[in-house]
Amino acid sequence: MNGLLYPFQQSVRRDLLLAARHKTEIITALFFFVIVVNLLPLGIGPDPDLLRKIAPGALWIGALLATLLGLQRLFAPDHADGTLEQMALSPQSFTLLVAGKILAHWLVAGLPVVLIAPVLGLQFDLSGRGLLILTVSLLLGTPILSLIGAVGAALTLGVRGSGALLSLLILPLYIPALIFGAGAVEADLAGLGPEGHLSLLAALLVVSTFFAPWVTTVALRVALE
Amino acid sequence: MNHSLVNWFKFASPASFYPLVGRLIPFFATAAAILTIAGLWVGLAVAPTDAQQGEGYRIIFVHVPASWMSMFIYCVMAFWAALGLAFNTRLSGMMASALAPTGALFAFLSLWTGALWGKPMWGAWWVWDARLTSQLILFFLYLGFIALQAAIDDPRRADKAGAILALVGVINVPIIYFSVQWWNTLHQGASVSITKAPSMAHTMLLGMLLMALAFWAYTIAVALMRVRCIILERELTSEWVKKNAME
Repeated sequence: MNGLLYPFQQSVRRDLLLAARHKTEIITALFFFVIVVNLLPLGIGPDPDLLRKIAPGALWIGALLATLLGLQRLFAPDHADGTLEQMALSPQSFTLLVAGKILAHWLVAGLPVVLIAPVLGLQFDLSGRGLLILTVSLLLGTPILSLIGAVGAALTLGVRGSGALLSLLILPLYIPALIFGAGAVEADLAGLGPEGHLSLLAALLVVSTFFAPWVTTVALRVALE
Repeated sequence: MNHSLVNWFKFASPASFYPLVGRLIPFFATAAAILTIAGLWVGLAVAPTDAQQGEGYRIIFVHVPASWMSMFIYCVMAFWAALGLAFNTRLSGMMASALAPTGALFAFLSLWTGALWGKPMWGAWWVWDARLTSQLILFFLYLGFIALQAAIDDPRRADKAGAILALVGVINVPIIYFSVQWWNTLHQGASVSITKAPSMAHTMLLGMLLMALAFWAYTIAVALMRVRCIILERELTSEWVKKNAME
């Protein structure tokens, strides 16, 4: 079992190590998230009732944009120096290596967003329960963003204007995660209970964990041809 | 191996597909023209005035067939995409990229006529109804497909990348549709429902059916014309193009 998952572990380890050597990139993405979310009250107004209402949506959209920011660098540096081709040629499972890269991306880009979200939620005057549900929804949802985003990153690898193209391809596919994620808090505020939304979000996570690494691998092989 | 079997792959070769299509296009183009005239005549002149909506409802004869086509074309595109990935046929990718602009056109037409219809009937150009929203997202998916293919220079890679995107999209379309519907019922935003209760007069149904067939014929004719252009562009250096197609 351990032997089977070895390439996966090594891939995660390697990408985390690389990320640790470029700490500013992580911090920049995180501050991007913080600034985007903080700009909204400045644009909309400081009314607490309104802010409480838009908080889940604002944080979720911030998370979407922050994830997009890091996605372009998911495969591009490895593609540029040939590492990606070596991975594709290696006897190890390419899908597992790619899955490791995706997990590392989430640990670097998604997890910090989840951890800082409660603090930002406080600025929007969310209750303790609302903060908890929001954090759980982000915990379940941000891996989906990394997984689906990896497909887009693989498709646009080495393509002209890949940054803008990536958002055009990926953002429509993020809509279900956005709806269920932001909807969980709203459903709770409306007295419906967040379980339904969170279950659907978890279902999306399971489905995309199953398919996305595989589709990403196919797309990468197309890009490497 | 294939004794009595039909050789299904004969027309998968651009060289034999090109002349076949050339003969088919006039047929579908004529059908499209005749059906459009018949459909518009039935829709605008014969069909009775609607009891509730007056004359304004007549935009339905463009709106509904366009919406149908926009969804259907995406499925056809995904079908060609899957075929291209499975059999590695060149023509499948060309068909998918030939269909995409027409699909996007119909999705846009559906949104546009929907807005024109919505203003007098609901008093708003746009409401966040589940169908409107998912139609808008479908339009975005088309744009993404076209943009991705346009951004990749190598046609074979463009075909394959587009095929993967189309397949991912077609899996996502039902998920998006149901999520948007859920979101909408939760918000209680739009109090208008497009699903009309009153049964339609037969002539109205006939008009819609004729227009739908007209759009079908139009789509086939235009997609085939476009695929012919794509074939010529890509096979410009091959012998058969120089011999036959350039006459």
